Amino acid sequence: MLVYLITQTLNGLFSAALLFLIASGLTLAFGVMKIVNIAHGSFYMLGVYVAYTVIQRTQSLLLGSLVAIAVVAAVGFVMQRVFLRRFAADPLAQMMMTMGFALLFRDAALMIWGGDPFTLQYPAVLRGSMEAGDVVFPWYRLFVIIVAALVGVALWTINERTLIGARLRATVDDPEMASATGINVAQLSGLVFAAGAGLAAFGGVMGGPILGGYTGVDFDLLPLAFVVVIIGGMGSLKGALVGSIVVGMIDNFGKALVPELSYFTLFAPMILVLALKPTGLYGRA
Amino acid sequence: MAGRRPGRNSVAIALAVALLVVAPPLLPSYWVGLLTQMVILAILAMSLDILLGYTGLPSLGHAAFFGVAAYAVAVLSVRYGANFWVCVLGGILIGTLLSAVLGLIVSHVRDVYFLMITLAIGMVLWGLGHRWIPVTGGDNGISGIPPLEVHAGLPFQGPLALHYATLVVFLICAGLMRLVVRSPFGLTLRGIRENEGRMKSLGFNTWLHCYLSFVVAGAFASVSGVMWAYYNGFVSPTYLDLTASSELFLMVTLGGPSTLVGPMIGAGAIVLLKNVMSAYTARWLLILGIVYIVAILAAPQGLWNLRKRPSA
Repeated sequence: MLVYLITQTLNGLFSAALLFLIASGLTLAFGVMKIVNIAHGSFYMLGVYVAYTVIQRTQSLLLGSLVAIAVVAAVGFVMQRVFLRRFAADPLAQMMMTMGFALLFRDAALMIWGGDPFTLQYPAVLRGSMEAGDVVFPWYRLFVIIVAALVGVALWTINERTLIGARLRATVDDPEMASATGINVAQLSGLVFAAGAGLAAFGGVMGGPILGGYTGVDFDLLPLAFVVVIIGGMGSLKGALVGSIVVGMIDNFGKALVPELSYFTLFAPMILVLALKPTGLYGRA
Repeated sequence: MAGRRPGRNSVAIALAVALLVVAPPLLPSYWVGLLTQMVILAILAMSLDILLGYTGLPSLGHAAFFGVAAYAVAVLSVRYGANFWVCVLGGILIGTLLSAVLGLIVSHVRDVYFLMITLAIGMVLWGLGHRWIPVTGGDNGISGIPPLEVHAGLPFQGPLALHYATLVVFLICAGLMRLVVRSPFGLTLRGIRENEGRMKSLGFNTWLHCYLSFVVAGAFASVSGVMWAYYNGFVSPTYLDLTASSELFLMVTLGGPSTLVGPMIGAGAIVLLKNVMSAYTARWLLILGIVYIVAILAAPQGLWNLRKRPSA
């Protein structure tokens, strides 16, 4: 029983790690630009597909990650600067636009890579499982948990300890005041959007060996990421972290215990949080 | 508001009558089917417009009520062999009840938060349709719903009979929705959209108005879902998914929110585009994606509002 509990908790942490990589970009884009980015799952998907192409040629997960992050961040940057920026004051128009991009990316991916599902290869070092007593847990999943934790620490450091982070926090708090004090909000927005896209792509590469790439992966993960952001509070990194862990755990235990209702089990905490605190755990109105 | 052009409206009505009433007997049944689709989805798009256009609550999960009502008809008619009126009333009741329950959760939320929460709720319901296989049949959906005219025992059969039956339902719904948006209740909704704080200080219970708006929209979406189940004879989780909800959203924003005519035009345009384009190309999603982007760039206020001066 205890072994089962520990294994499931570790699995939950693995889901949480992936969710955190996806949701942190989503929540920051929302905080700075009020963008409800329907295409955020597509960034994850594009990350898997780009990495797939690179890894097939080079057998390197590291190289795959780097190229995927760079390509998808560039896509995100162009999307924000050329299209979304025109509708900075209109969240609905921005949302519709990202919806358009989500459909476009999905079909483009289908056109370029075909519809066959695949999983990414990963280094032999990470194959096999860790064994501690009766608990058996794959090394790769542990690796992802650690990497996500490192990314979390890095994001936290940037957010709390650097000038860019200070500007970012100021903009999340009050974009107009921030821009009045000389912060280049437009530039920052592009940067945040690109970084969020890159992070989601990285999430895709990290999840690729387990979840793989297939048509529809974009919209499979999107609602989970949204639930994370809603629970944690929009615009809050800490919220994304806590939300990821909550959703990762619930999703995992829900799938293990009541598989038919697995999606439904996510619903309860969301309603609870919304009823008690409509802005989410760490969000501000 | 005051400066409506009566000329434009009567031209639109004449065109609609010609297309929907006069033309069907002259058209091949494929095109009659398309017109029926447009009419059913127009009800759905108008129902979303009550929320999105009139109340200013952008719901990205509105297809859920449509889908749940369609599922209710499918389950009742195929699994339980229920008769026509049980199916129809059951579908509408279940969809409306669902919106009454979900409305309790979402009615205190506004703007982008509303968008995100309805999106998540819609996806959860989609997940339920997808995974709750004993009831919903999972990915395979449920097929074998009897045609409307057979199930209802109408003396006439075939696509034409179905089309005119749908048209009657559409006219009733459109008339009712017109009553709703022009009533004092509808005016209050518009007031909330423009300035909720002011409506509150005038003594209006804005939560209750938003809640009722959500339920009314859910009820009409359910009617549309019931019709769709009968039209299509088949339900599947794709009715509930995000693509369905956002297509619906596009119908309203493309046509022109906070006019009931706009969503009808939007529904017609999307149905036409979808069917015609998918006959010629497999890259339908790509084109739809481009339509979204171009529509927002070119006509952010919607087609029907294009000729009006942009309001501040």
